[in-house]
Amino acid sequence: MFTPHISIQKLNVFYGGRHALKDITVDIPKKQVTVIIGPSGCGKTTLLKTMNRLIDLVDRIKVSGDIVVDGVNIFDDGVDVTELRKRMGLIAQKPNPLPMSIYDNVAYGPKIHGAKHRKELDQTVESCLQAAGLWDEVKDRLREPASKLSAGQQQRLCLARALAVKPEVLLCDEPTSALDPVSTRHIESQLLILKKDYTIVFVTHILRQAKRLADYVIFLYLGELIEHGPAESIFTQPRNPRTKAYIEGVFG
Amino acid sequence: MDKRKIEETFFKGLMMASTLIVIGSLLAVITLVVLKGLPALSLSMITQTPTGGYYLGKGGGILNAIVGSLYLAGGATALAFSLSLPVALYLHEYAGRSRLASFTRLSLDVLWGVPSIVYGAFGFTIMVYLGMTASLLCGVVVVALLVLPLMTRAMDEVVRMVSLELREASYALGATKLETVLKVISRQALPGILTAVLLAFGRGIGDAASVLLVAGYTDYIPHSLFDPVATLPLAVFFQLGTPFPEVQQRAYASAVILLGIVLLLSIGSRLLAKKFTKYVIK
Repeated sequence: MFTPHISIQKLNVFYGGRHALKDITVDIPKKQVTVIIGPSGCGKTTLLKTMNRLIDLVDRIKVSGDIVVDGVNIFDDGVDVTELRKRMGLIAQKPNPLPMSIYDNVAYGPKIHGAKHRKELDQTVESCLQAAGLWDEVKDRLREPASKLSAGQQQRLCLARALAVKPEVLLCDEPTSALDPVSTRHIESQLLILKKDYTIVFVTHILRQAKRLADYVIFLYLGELIEHGPAESIFTQPRNPRTKAYIEGVFG
Repeated sequence: MDKRKIEETFFKGLMMASTLIVIGSLLAVITLVVLKGLPALSLSMITQTPTGGYYLGKGGGILNAIVGSLYLAGGATALAFSLSLPVALYLHEYAGRSRLASFTRLSLDVLWGVPSIVYGAFGFTIMVYLGMTASLLCGVVVVALLVLPLMTRAMDEVVRMVSLELREASYALGATKLETVLKVISRQALPGILTAVLLAFGRGIGDAASVLLVAGYTDYIPHSLFDPVATLPLAVFFQLGTPFPEVQQRAYASAVILLGIVLLLSIGSRLLAKKFTKYVIK
């Protein structure tokens, strides 16, 4: 067994009248890569965005159930959402750099959370860009607008930005779907290095990518949790026929 | 020729004709005003205030109205800006799709359509009630009210264009609404915000009816907020109303100056916007 980092219990999410997630109960292991797979529209992104309560931004959303992170239910009244989001870094599907320089993109998070000293910020920016595998490409043009970077570089910048607020968890929402194969490799290899220190939850609908990354797999289908378990057993001996069909490429 | 090609050609022609009419009207207005005004335009017009016999065709200039208009429109734009940016940001990021938001938008749209003379009359009533006289301050407040709906709705539209992804990026880092609004959304929307400000300034500097009753008219440059103030549109109006051809010609010259100010500002703000778009995410 494993030490759970995030424990999801009886989670239900409704968008208006649509039941997007149905009674999800699953534990996410600490400092491993958990990949959530499933066909489009199955609730993968919803599950991810519920974990950092970014879902709160959506109109007419209703959530019930618990998500316990480090022993605290994130839906409790006393929970500071900004603090929660700081701990649960998010890499979005499309690279979404902020309208500022490369440097400021990374420094934005630490700055809003109170970092003031120039030197400290410089160090954070450098170390995070290094951890995202982008430092060598941008170290001479930190003052340039982030929009000038290529899509692959932008996504690594977003990774660096997420790392800069010192999260415990990295939530990745199909972060390579807009990228070319080389950039995809880049991101994947950085994540495999980062799982030493972070719990990573990675959403994808690409099976080969799931196989490359996963330690633990969660299979969602139409808002329901069909099967979850260590990657090896899911990919080699799925118990549920729907998982088997999905993994064999019958649908999806 | 087949029907679809004829259609295509016909409607393209129609659109081009419409476009030409727009450009043509602008050129026609500028040409007429410049042709009539240029001969009367002199350095003294923009460097001197009226002397005793100015309105009879003697020396002097309309520096009073130039400075007055800049003060008035500048002050009004600044005042309107300090209200409309918070309103636009509030509507979008805090009020969401609430009734308050849609009611605010409706109010702004209605206010937008209110004729400027009504603003003038409204301002005049309040001014008299408060025991004040026509002054720069009253003019600034009334013109600010006049341009507020235009500026706020224009900003509202730009802020609305800021993508959800971008806002999520900020929230996902643990930013509060205020931080997201001030550091991300307004930055992304900056070029559009600038355009809104410029639109409002243009409307403010060009309006005669709203200031007619509340700002007064004077041959002097105002020294305080409580002095009356001359404006360019009224300078045009008063000079055109005299029976002297040379004074009427100066009215056109004043219009040229007004056009020049608006033009300079447009170009200047475009250049400025370019600088700000550097960081904008496309």
